[in-house]
Amino acid sequence: MSFRIIGTGMYVPSKVVTNDDLAQIVDTNDEWISKRVGVKERRFSENEFASEMGLKAAQNALSDAGVKPEEIDAIFAATVSGETSSPSMACMIQNGLGVSCMAMDVSAACSAFLFLLETAAAFFALHKEFKKILVVGTERMSGILDFADRSTCVIFGDGAGAAVLERGENYLDSVITVKGGDTVIKIPHGNGNSPYFSREQDTPYIHMQGQETFKYAVTAISQDISDLLERNHLTIDDIAWIVPHQANKRIIDFAAKRLGIEKEKFFCNIEKYGNTSSASVPIALDELAKSGKLKRGDKIILCAFGGGLANAACLIEW
Amino acid sequence: MEVQEKIIELLAEATDTEASEINADTAFADLGIDSLDLTEMAMQLEEEFGIELEMKPEINTVGKLTEVVEALRG
Repeated sequence: MSFRIIGTGMYVPSKVVTNDDLAQIVDTNDEWISKRVGVKERRFSENEFASEMGLKAAQNALSDAGVKPEEIDAIFAATVSGETSSPSMACMIQNGLGVSCMAMDVSAACSAFLFLLETAAAFFALHKEFKKILVVGTERMSGILDFADRSTCVIFGDGAGAAVLERGENYLDSVITVKGGDTVIKIPHGNGNSPYFSREQDTPYIHMQGQETFKYAVTAISQDISDLLERNHLTIDDIAWIVPHQANKRIIDFAAKRLGIEKEKFFCNIEKYGNTSSASVPIALDELAKSGKLKRGDKIILCAFGGGLANAACLIEW
Repeated sequence: MEVQEKIIELLAEATDTEASEINADTAFADLGIDSLDLTEMAMQLEEEFGIELEMKPEINTVGKLTEVVEALRG
């Protein structure tokens, strides 16, 4: 296909919130969260909106790539927790970078970073003049969490991740599956104050059916990874790392077990940041890249799943 | 493999309990497992026996789960 990743960046707010801190707010405890979700701590924004975190991650990715903002031909961004519906997150980040180029959002919840890569691949194919595209996932999940619901508020965190893509041949393959429906995961908007509208709406927080989400996620990861390997005539030994959406450590562990893949093949940092939705894959990718554990030429798989329901995976040569 | 034997094997593995300590009357709650553990087990049973299994709160013991799985197998 049509690009290679030449730089990654992330940003998380400085406020660290531990499981013990959350146990002061809701009826929970560190042992349960650590064992059952895999999260030890997360970052929660005190004064930064999602666009401001996204801008910092974007600047870090551009710096990592050695690319100036004005060299970017398009910015694609994703969020479920942005401070505005309009301007789009991509436009807010573009404004922060002080550049003028194509900019738009793609909505696919926790899978969105994979959809951003797919969109970028399509745009590289469509616009032969495009040389570089910036992709950003950024979330202030704390703004859409119900801090009275212990089953969800302990899982998520705030942060942003970004990547700079350059026209190339390292995006080798992808699988995308979407099955529309709002019964498993949904984040409703408020109803507004129209005097004419009388329908009830759920509260504007994340609503998630835990068991169904778990089952869907494990099945999605297993199927997507199997499909990518089979289609490309690869075995798991050909893959250096799998970078999954950091939703819940148990989802990753059980998917690994079903696939017969050692857990260590999956790069995980959920213990530090929780589930940061669209930012989780680029944050993990940046940490992996900066750790020195990833070498040029390595084949890696990124995979994600979430509201939509939408899941995706891609095969990349680093 | 018999259904109950498989359920006991999965529970023993998930909870680090001796299989001999689990029987038809064992309640899942007594083994200290949560809803995601049950979902994991349900998915493994689906694969093993080629069924589609929905875990409901009333399926709360080894015996009740065995009955449900055997009925689904037909």
